[in-house]
This record gives sequence, structure tokens and C-alpha cells, in this order.
Amino acid sequence: MSDVFQSNIPLWAVSISLLATLGILVSGRKPNLREFWTLLAGLIKFGLVLSLLPSVRAGKIAECVLLQVSPGIGLSLRADEFGVFFALVASGLWIFTSIYSIGYMRSNQELKQTRYFASFAVALSATLGVAFAGNLLTFVIFYEMLTLATYPLVIHKETGEALRAGRQYLAYSLTAGVLLLAGTAWIYNTAGTIEFQPGGILGGVEAAPNAIRCLFFVFVAGVGVKAGIMPLHSWLPNAMVAPTPVSALLHAVAVVKSGVFGVVRVVGFVFGPEVMAEHGLNLILAVLAGATVLFSSLIALQQDSLKRRLAYSTIGHLSYTVMGAALLTPEGLTGGIYHISTHAVMKITLFFCAGAIYVHTHKQNVSELDGIGRAMPWTIGAFTLGSLGLVGIPPINGFFSKWFLCLGSLQAGWPMVLALFILSGLLNAAYLLPVVYRGFFRKSEEFAKFDEAPPLMVVPLCTTAALALVLGLFPNLFFDFFELASGISEMILAS
Amino acid sequence: MNPPHLVILIPLIFFSGALLIPLLERWRHGCAYGVAVASAAVGALVTVAGLVEVSSGGTLRYQVSGWAPPIGIELVLDPLSAFLSVMLASVALLVLVHSGSVVRRELPGKAMPLYSTALLLVGALLGITITGDLFNLYVFLEISSLASYALLALGDRKAPVSAFRYLILGTVGASFYLLGLGFVFMTTGSLNMADLKLILSNLESSPPLLVGLVLITTGVGLKMALFPMHGWLPDAYTYASSTATALIAPIGTKIAAYVLIRIFFFVLDPGFASGEIPLTTAIGYLGAAGILWGSILAIAQTDLKRMLAYSSVGQIGYIALGIGLASPMGFIGAILHMVNHAVMKGCLFLVSANFLSRLGHADIRRFNDSTRVHMPWTAAGFTMAALSMIGLPPFAGFFSKWYLILGSVEESNWVFVAVILISSLLSAVYFFRLIERIYLRSPGRDSKYPDEAGGAAAPDGGREEVSASMLAPTLILASALLVLGLLNVWIVNRLIQPMIPAGL
Repeated sequence: MSDVFQSNIPLWAVSISLLATLGILVSGRKPNLREFWTLLAGLIKFGLVLSLLPSVRAGKIAECVLLQVSPGIGLSLRADEFGVFFALVASGLWIFTSIYSIGYMRSNQELKQTRYFASFAVALSATLGVAFAGNLLTFVIFYEMLTLATYPLVIHKETGEALRAGRQYLAYSLTAGVLLLAGTAWIYNTAGTIEFQPGGILGGVEAAPNAIRCLFFVFVAGVGVKAGIMPLHSWLPNAMVAPTPVSALLHAVAVVKSGVFGVVRVVGFVFGPEVMAEHGLNLILAVLAGATVLFSSLIALQQDSLKRRLAYSTIGHLSYTVMGAALLTPEGLTGGIYHISTHAVMKITLFFCAGAIYVHTHKQNVSELDGIGRAMPWTIGAFTLGSLGLVGIPPINGFFSKWFLCLGSLQAGWPMVLALFILSGLLNAAYLLPVVYRGFFRKSEEFAKFDEAPPLMVVPLCTTAALALVLGLFPNLFFDFFELASGISEMILAS
Repeated sequence: MNPPHLVILIPLIFFSGALLIPLLERWRHGCAYGVAVASAAVGALVTVAGLVEVSSGGTLRYQVSGWAPPIGIELVLDPLSAFLSVMLASVALLVLVHSGSVVRRELPGKAMPLYSTALLLVGALLGITITGDLFNLYVFLEISSLASYALLALGDRKAPVSAFRYLILGTVGASFYLLGLGFVFMTTGSLNMADLKLILSNLESSPPLLVGLVLITTGVGLKMALFPMHGWLPDAYTYASSTATALIAPIGTKIAAYVLIRIFFFVLDPGFASGEIPLTTAIGYLGAAGILWGSILAIAQTDLKRMLAYSSVGQIGYIALGIGLASPMGFIGAILHMVNHAVMKGCLFLVSANFLSRLGHADIRRFNDSTRVHMPWTAAGFTMAALSMIGLPPFAGFFSKWYLILGSVEESNWVFVAVILISSLLSAVYFFRLIERIYLRSPGRDSKYPDEAGGAAAPDGGREEVSASMLAPTLILASALLVLGLLNVWIVNRLIQPMIPAGL
């Protein structure tokens, strides 16, 4: 078993952006100072998480017990491999998003920027809380905080459409939250503990099969809303009404990845592979994931709004991870977990591009993008890289997660899933590559007078696109993402 | 000071204040507010001292006039009483501090009777908390009821009528209690709680005893606004003055719930009330019904105070549900919720008083973005209290709901679990509707009330927040929610765990 040591670093990593929120709120009148707090917090947060990487690779887990309620129930942060993995993705990409946000907000001259940056900081705090949650109760608390913190971001524009999207988001997420709470209480009653353990805590427990199945449904509904599992997904396309940086980080990286992170935690650390297989739960999950992948890709084909198209694409790719969890084979699980990081980097690039296009030319629809590649070659170039990665073309990192998922489905003896992944790749190409084609290979007079979007936006998106390429060539560069993913998979399946 | 005297001081300070106010008012007009706040402050300090004493030293017992129980009246300050008395006194203090300008505006010329009766009310409620004798409890119950009738009657035109209705129902309730007490006395021969505990543990249950308990429960349930005996509450809270509501809503009904807890878990053997006749179970299910009823009706309201009143019916249901579980978790949940709700509702009613004071109305349909522009701090306080009511972490409300859910799951009572979850979502509906209005709704959208746009009355076109004496208590209560939430583990472990009666 791994070594657990007491450390305050997880707590600092979670709280640093809360402190920044105070700074942001008081510097509302001085934009540059206000933005400084965000960037400073982002860098410190990422640094703190990075400092946990060596210990985690050596098998040591940093733990910080916040409060002990009674034996077995407490609030604790534990930076295990999975937590550090997710935290790296979220906090690292926050830095890029913050730079991008500054560019976006100022170019668009958006109102209520203080509220925006403050909510972002709180949302990232909650995300890291989710990542480092050591047990179900802590997880639920930060999960709910995440919903609350992201609400002001969704309704940012304050139009009727935004308010409606916000209400739907709240309705879905709060319902999921109470279900999770009930599930947590139920688990405590059944298993006597709510701590996350690789291999699950329901392992040797005496419980009726129907109770286990019911419990599973409660949890899937609880995490499934944020994870975009159909039919709980409809809040996501509607949330695209938010400003693009919000869509990019939260609805491609932080919020939705918290959902799939939750799915893997539930499958691997609460129920465990044996219980899942015993009751056929992984089959149910696979069916849900498969249906989501298929239908979301089909619906994406029909969307003209670029952001909505990307939203449905996100829903599909989230279910790649869910499917990986359902496969419960070494390669499959590795692929699914690794896909969390690869998809995050690629999708955030695509959303950044969509935002840059919108801010610069006010175009939102795919049909209006003919010839834009001439005017914004860097942006569309990055978009191309990201799209190719999502389709699964080497050497971009998306290829590798997909490769492992396909291997995993063969390992599990489910060739249909392999066919599904291949089909999904083709559908991805069908709904993403036309944008590239239109941009570079069609001509139009419309964009003749435009040049590239402001550097504050273009630099982050080119960097993330380059990152997708570089991490594809060297999967373990800097952050050992692949090693972490396979380590986590091993940890879950070994026990 | 000899520790036992502390116990009698707690209600005595408030009663002295209540008596002094009319006298001092004659001598020097306008000092009622000051005397009231001073008495409340001293009283609050004494309750805190009591809590400290009890936490370290154990239960304090005081024999009034030196007469020994069971003939004499005994006042007992045990961990439960000490804890609730601190809650009572501090919320009352904050409300009284807040009341200065409210009373000047809503009830000109009636400051003296209001403060006098308010102190009587708080003193009597504290008396209920610390008494160790069931008949003494009745006396304090009646004092508090009479004080509350008078307080509630001081309001707008409809206030006397709703107060009168409460008077009738309340007197019925108190009479039931007395009748029930008579049966208990007849069966056991004693009125002292500690004595009764000994007697009852050796006694078999008999029809008079059971009838007595049912009557007591019904009487107290009426005071508690337990469904379906809650009919008096919405009108009474809506039409009374803001201070009266803010005093009675957070603490009045809670103390009635305390009486039930004291009788069912401390005087009787805990197993008795759930085993022999399912009294606690009945209370639990009535509470569940009240939760749903209150939450659903709250959504339909257009007046803020009325919405909060129905919400209160729902919240009392949570406490009743906790009692109904009759388990340690349920007990913790019920006590924690008493405190949390007192602070939350206190804050919310103070907020509605602030709105009434600056905007002139508490009509939900007329709230819009300008409300927040004019009164940002009050709006912030409202938001914090609302989020706590819905049960969102890290605010206090989340933790009491967590214990109740845990308790319900432990007892495999899925109905209770479902009710708690559904009501959280229902309260999200009516609170987020208000939050949305205050933060996001532009004034021009309401065609019926176009004059709200921009708030022409503000001289600097911006802030028009209420005065510090009104704002400070509101914000103190709102931040207390955050503090109570973060400290809830310490509170449960250090303060509530010692209270749990043996055998639960």
C-alpha cells in the first residue's frame, strides 16, 4: 500500500484561489491589478500541484485532514495519483485560460468582469477540492460548490437565454447534488466508510443486489449530469451561451471533467471492478456511454453554431472516459483516464479558436466561416491540430488515448465498442474537418479586411495546440500524464 | 459568583429589564431601546458564561428559594439547555439591536410596550429552556405566549386579528398541555423532570399516562406550528411588525420543539415514546408533511415575509423529522437545525425588515436589480442566508441536512430521505427566484411597476443601504452561518455530543 503523509499542500492548493478571490473583489476598479491576482494564483496553484507530482510518483500520498466528524466521516483532502493527475490538468489549463480571458474580456469590452474573474477563481478552488477529495462527503461538498461558483459564469451575459440556461444548469446540477448526498449517506450505512479506496469499498460488504444496483443508478445520475451522460446532458449545449473562456475551461475541462472524474472515482474507488462486474453494472455504464458517444456525434453534425457543435463533441468525448471506466481492462481504463488530459488540451484549443473568431469577426456559425483561414491562419491552424487530434490522427495526443481505448475494448471482448470508437472517429472528422476545409479552402471576401486575433488570445491557443502535438510525441514530457494514467488504472484493477 | 446563581440570573435579567422599561420610560422618554439592548447584552453574556460553566463542570442545578424538589421548583442548566439558551439570547440580542429604527418607523410611539413585552418573551423562553419542572414550564410557556400575542398584535391593520387567532389557538394548545400534565401528575405524583424520570422508568404504561402524553404533544405541537396545526403562523408572521416576527420566528417555535425533545428523550426513556405508542414516529411523519407543505406553498407567495413564514413551517418540519428518527443522528440533526434555522431565519427576517425600510415594500414581484444596487450588503446577507436555507455547503444549513439524511438512511426511512431531498430542491426554486431577481432582473422589465427603474429617490444615484444598527446584525447573522458551517464539527463534537441522552 502507498505511504500516506500529512501535508498542508493540498489545502493550500485548494485555498490559494479563494484568497485570490478576495484580492479580485477589492481590486475591481483596477483591472490590471485584478488580473494580476488571477494569474498569480494560477501560477502558485499549478506550482503547488506540481510539487506534489514527485511524491505521488514515488507512491507517497499527501493527506490533509480538515475536520473529523466521527470515525469514518470527515472532511479530508488526499492527493493521490488520480487527484494529482486531474489537478494538473485543471490548474495548468487555468493559466492559459486566464491569459485568454483577459484578451477576450477586453476585446469584447464585457461587463461585470470582476464577478467573472472572482467566480472563476472560486470555481477553480472547488475543482481542486473535487480532485483532492479524500472521501465521498468532501467530494460532494466541493462538487456542490463548483455548481454554485460556475452559475454566475453561465449567466454572465444576463440575457433571457443566459438566465434560462443558468436555471437549467442549476436544476440539473442541484438535483444531481442531492442525489449524491443521499447516495453518500446510503454508502456509509451499507459499507461503514466513505473513504475512496482503489478497488472499491463495497467489496466484501453484505448487501442485496438490488440495493447495489439502485445505489449505482443514484451515483451515475449524481455524477452523470456534469459528465454529460445522456440523457442528463442537455444543460451543456445550452450553457454555451456563456463567454467562450467559460465554455473552454469549465465546460471542456473543469466542470465536465469533474463529472467524469467522479464517474471513475465511483467505478474504481467506491464500487470497485469486482462489484461492477458481479452485478453487471459495467455493462449498463457501457451502454449509456456508447449511446452517448454515438448520438452526440450525430447531433453535432447538425449544429451550425460552432460552440454548440463543440459542446456535443465534448459530450461524446466525455463518454470515451466513461466507456474506459466501463471496460475495466488495463488498457481500456488507462485510455479512458488518459483521455481526460488529452481531450482537455485539444478541446480547450478548439474553444479558444471559436472564441477568437467570435470576438474578432462576430461570427458564430460554421456556415459563415468560409475563407477565414486566410485572415486568421494561426487560429485555424490550431483548430486543425485540435480537430485532427480529436479524430485520432497520430502523432497528436488524442491518438494515443483512443488507441488504448480500442485495445481495451478488444481486451474486454467487446468488439462492438471498437467499432463504435472507429465510427466516432469518422463522425468527429465529419463535423470538425469541414470547419478547416471552409476556413482554408473556400474563398470569401468577407474576411479580407481582418487579420489575426489579438495576441493575448492567439498565443494561448497556439500553445495548447502545440502542447497537444508535443504531448503526443512525448506522452510523459513534464508531467508524466501517461505514466500517471496507467498507474491509476493499475491501482484500481489490482486490488 | 456562585455558579448556581448563574442559572436563575438568565431569565431574571430579562424579566428585570421588562419591568424596568415602563418605569424608566416615565422618568426619561426614549430609553426603552437602550435598556432593552443592555439587558439583552448582559443576558447573552450570562448565557455564554453558563455554557462555559456547564461544558467544563457539568450540569448546574438551582433550587428556587431553597425549596428542595420535588416540591420546590428546580432550574437545571444541562448541556442542552445551556446551548439553546446561548442561541436564544444571542439571536434576541441581535434582533433587538436591529430594532431601533424599525420600531421608530413601523410602530411610532409604541417602543415602550414593544421592548417590554419583547424582554418578557425572551425571558420566558429562556425560562422554558432551563426549568426542571413541568408545571413551571407551563407557567413560562404561558408568559411567553401572552408576550407573543401582544407583540404580534403590534403591527399593521391586520395584525390584531391574526394575533387574536393565534391567541385562541395558543390558549387551546396551552390548555391541552395543562390537561396532559394533569394526567401525568395523576399517574406519577410528581412534576419534577428528574423525579419523573425515575418514576416513569419503573412504571408500566397506562392509559392515563399515554393520554397525557398525547395531549401534551398536541398542545406543544400547536405552539411549534407542527403540521397540521400551523395555520396561525403565516398570518401572524406576515402582519406583525418586522421586529416581532424577527424575534418570534427564529426562537419561539424552536423552544416548543425543545419541550418535545426534553419530554421524549430526557424525561421518558427514549425507547418509550417510539416503542409503546409511536408518538415520535407520528411527529416525524407530520414533520415530513409539513416540510413538503411549507416548501410548496412558499413557492406560490408574492410577499417576502409570507414566503419566509411558509418556509418556517417547512423548517420546523425538519426538526420534527429529527425528533421522529429517535436516534443519535436524528437528535444531532434536530439540535443543529434548531440553531442553524434560528440564525438563518433571523437573518432573513432582518433582511426583509431592511427591504421594507428602504424600499417601502417586501413584494417579491417588485424586486429587481436596483434592489442590489441600492442595498448591496443586505443583498449579500440575503444570498448567504438563502444558500444556507437551500442546504449548500459550506454554509451551516448543509450540515444539519446531512445529519438528518444520515439519520434517515440509518433507520432505512427512505420517505424521510426523499422528503429532505425534494424540499431542498423546492427551496432552491423559491430562493433562487429571488436571488435572480435581485441580481439579474433589470428594472425596465416589469411593466406594472416602471417607477422602480433607477430608484429616483437616491441622491447619489447609488448606495442607499440601511443604517449600521440595522446592517450590522444582519451581516453578523449572515457571517455566523459561514462560521457555524465551518465549525460545525467542533460544535457537534464538543457541544452536542455530550447532550445526547443515554439510551437513545
